[in-house]
Amino acid sequence: METNIALYKYCVRIADTSLILAQRMCEWCGHGPVLEEDIAMSNMGLDLIGQARGFYSYAAKLEGKGRTEDDIAYFRNEREFLNRCLVEQPNTDFAYTMMRSFLHGCLSYLQFRTLVKSKDDTIAGLSEKALKEMTYHVRHASEWIIRLGDGTDVSHQKIKSALENLWQFTDELFEMDEVDQTLIKSGIACDLSLLRAEWDQMVNEVLAKAKLVRPTAGGYQSKGGFNGAHTEHLGHLLSEMQYLPRAYPDAIW
Amino acid sequence: MNTPQIQEDEQTHIDAFNARISSGKTIEPKDWMPQKYRKQLLRMMSQHAHSEVVGMLPEGNWLTRAPSLMRKAVLLAKIQDEAGHGLYIYSGAETLGTDRAEMIDQLLTGKAKYASIFNYPTLNWADMGAVGWLVDGAAIVNQTALAKCSYGPYSRAMIRICKEENFHSKQGYQIMAHMMRGTKEQREMAQDAVNRFWWPVLMMFGPSDADSPNSDDLMKWKVKLYSNDDLRQRFIDRTVPQAEAIGVKIPDDKLKWNPTTRHYEFGEINFDELKSVITGNGPCNKLRMKQRNDAHKNGAWVREAAVAYAEKKSKA
Amino acid sequence: MSTKENWPAWEVFTQQKNGAPHEHAGNVHAPDAEMALLNARDVYGRRQEAINIWVVPSVAITASTPEDMGPFFDPGNDKMYRWPNYYKTPEGIKQI
Repeated sequence: METNIALYKYCVRIADTSLILAQRMCEWCGHGPVLEEDIAMSNMGLDLIGQARGFYSYAAKLEGKGRTEDDIAYFRNEREFLNRCLVEQPNTDFAYTMMRSFLHGCLSYLQFRTLVKSKDDTIAGLSEKALKEMTYHVRHASEWIIRLGDGTDVSHQKIKSALENLWQFTDELFEMDEVDQTLIKSGIACDLSLLRAEWDQMVNEVLAKAKLVRPTAGGYQSKGGFNGAHTEHLGHLLSEMQYLPRAYPDAIW
Repeated sequence: MNTPQIQEDEQTHIDAFNARISSGKTIEPKDWMPQKYRKQLLRMMSQHAHSEVVGMLPEGNWLTRAPSLMRKAVLLAKIQDEAGHGLYIYSGAETLGTDRAEMIDQLLTGKAKYASIFNYPTLNWADMGAVGWLVDGAAIVNQTALAKCSYGPYSRAMIRICKEENFHSKQGYQIMAHMMRGTKEQREMAQDAVNRFWWPVLMMFGPSDADSPNSDDLMKWKVKLYSNDDLRQRFIDRTVPQAEAIGVKIPDDKLKWNPTTRHYEFGEINFDELKSVITGNGPCNKLRMKQRNDAHKNGAWVREAAVAYAEKKSKA
Repeated sequence: MSTKENWPAWEVFTQQKNGAPHEHAGNVHAPDAEMALLNARDVYGRRQEAINIWVVPSVAITASTPEDMGPFFDPGNDKMYRWPNYYKTPEGIKQI
């Protein structure tokens, strides 16, 4: 596989994952459980939009066809989106939102921590900023998971249910293909399989503090979000997100 | 008990308070203040804070549909600021002896009011331009005046807010300018937004001075430094040239520059509409209250869980 | 309004740059100290205004009252010898 083609796809996968999660965070805006938390979720949303913009812009540059970050974000359909399925899962309630941020955040943190040393300078630069952001997102989500898990019976049930329902999207976080293999060889990308043990440790530690039991292996695990195989939720999210530029393709906003 | 001695003390306090106000010093939380001053301030500050929080909703309505990533980021940052500003003002209001939970309870039960403008719907993307440019433009005029008000915590919150809000009306105006330079459909959206928002924005400054029941005291105590009509005029004078510059029409046939007064003259404002929106009969009053109540109710278990956890830990 | 869901207030002090003193920024509500710190970071650090934050339970602050103003602060009036410009330096001496 040609490096530039692989790199384009690699960037779009990261950008899509950040953008779709940001979109979910945007849905909370004005509806959070308390004013302070509304502000916190907006901060995370802003970080994620920033990450998406950085990686889309770099992808557009690599592609060299004069497209912009917005062309990539707004003019692809659901089968062309390359985000991990975990982040497109609906907000359901605050417990789902925090669990989703946590499970994704731990991997994202580890990934950016490795990519800081990427042989590709742009990737390294973008990752340096994202790493700081994800460090905070993980801390914030962890604190909440612990409080919900060890709070009231109601909150324990809700966070337990979030964990059990979102767990089926966790193996997928580590999926790799020839895009990754190509870039790992040239020292640009990071080998996700090497992050699994540390991810397990981070997750186990927080779950234990939250008095939650880690779901056992087995059962359904989704596959292929990073190649366009999604859950039913993504199409709806995109139709809302993309409608204006699609309805008025000649407009500049 | 109203003994002559107490009356005399009261008068000494009032004199000292008035002297402090007229010498331009701020009143601080622990200073003696007339009951009515405290009550009026609490009413104003909590209304102001509620307005920031309810004001997140009409813009939040377009956040997930923002037409570019840059616009989405800017809008999210702006709405987040509104949450922050609500929080600063609640924080200032709490120094008057009422805590935030109680103020929010008054909002949710319909006892407290918030700015009438947020009871209008946002119906097309250009409304994000109109809200930023006109609504925040009007708010800035108000808040710049409030930054000089006599109550220290309110004034300090306003100074911080004015500094941060500077970009809000600019980003709104930029959206409008882009749309007016854009396609025919975009120009129509922009004009539609201004048509719908212009008059309700003028109403934001409140009833005309002759009918403003609380104004006298507030002005005497330097809680308000300018009258509703003065501020409204100031807003119109600075906004009309901005509209002309981008070619959007202000929906007022009577609008014209008066070279003698050096102010714009404008048509009659429908204050009956303001009254009915404020008393709960605007297009979105019920929706906004439902949205706030739902958020509060759906968040109760989260707030409770955090309290339960903190209690367990403090006992451990 | 139930008290079991109400969070107490914390006063927030931010340090804006290295070496500067912490200044009062406002308050946040939070269930405990760690969350108060996170909330303060999100509310009062949105524009990179802070490099360090203190949070203190609002109830832990004791403030002087306006009635204290005279007895607390006026006695400093007549102690000019606490200021360096009270002292005249002999001519020809540049620095003490």
